[in-house]
Amino acid sequence: MKSEIRDVDDVRIIELSGKITIGSGDVKLRELVDGSLEEGQNNILIDLAGVTAIDSSGIGEMVACYTTVTKRGGQLKLLRLSPKINDILHVTQLITVFDVLDNVQEGLAAFK
Amino acid sequence: MRARSDPSHPTPIPADGPLHAHLVLSSRFENIEIAERALIDLCEDAGFSGDDSYWIVTALREATANAIRHGNKQDPEKTVIIDFRVHSGEVRIRVEDQGEGFDLDTVPDPTDPGYLLRPSGRGIFYMRQFMTRVEFSRAPGGGTVVEMTRRLGAETRSSINEE
Repeated sequence: MKSEIRDVDDVRIIELSGKITIGSGDVKLRELVDGSLEEGQNNILIDLAGVTAIDSSGIGEMVACYTTVTKRGGQLKLLRLSPKINDILHVTQLITVFDVLDNVQEGLAAFK
Repeated sequence: MRARSDPSHPTPIPADGPLHAHLVLSSRFENIEIAERALIDLCEDAGFSGDDSYWIVTALREATANAIRHGNKQDPEKTVIIDFRVHSGEVRIRVEDQGEGFDLDTVPDPTDPGYLLRPSGRGIFYMRQFMTRVEFSRAPGGGTVVEMTRRLGAETRSSINEE
């Protein structure tokens, strides 16, 4: 999994690509979110447009990150799901947990 | 990492078709990529659609990850044995670990509101969503065997849910 980070106003955008899977992508995701919180960036927008696969460990880590950020008083939202990732969020019913936005403008506005 | 043919394996899926693979992998997460690559190659050879291949590979990854993590406790000396077979318009996958087995009845439904925010426990759910049939049994040595089938062209439950 690869990642790029940028901050727009008070929102940390984490752009991911590749696979969020057990043993690598899931660990990296946790590190990216923990690092953001340590830097005081509690509003996190995870851009999944380039993510090709997310296994149960990856989705579990996403849930854990959501819980951690929420407990810190921040917000974690998802941006640009591919059709397959959208399918997975629906079958796991996590689509009811995450706020999902279609583009960056919508994503940034959702934190205001 | 080990990947080899093992014709002496005691309970192989019969190789009565031209598309059959048998892998023996040590219990390391990076070896999931080897299993995935082998299955993708087989799916391409069989002319599967992209959707079929994607969900079959997703289920394989879950079964293999469970065997490594929960079955073999990531002990690299223990192996995960994987068979793939394509026959009569369906793909069959068999994954066996060398663990101590588990009680399927103790695995909660991860979509239950009380479990929705748990960070783990979705692997078997993934398999059942994306394969037509999933069955668990005990290997002769006490480990877990999961056998999964997907009929080609079958809808995933996600497609059904969206209707």
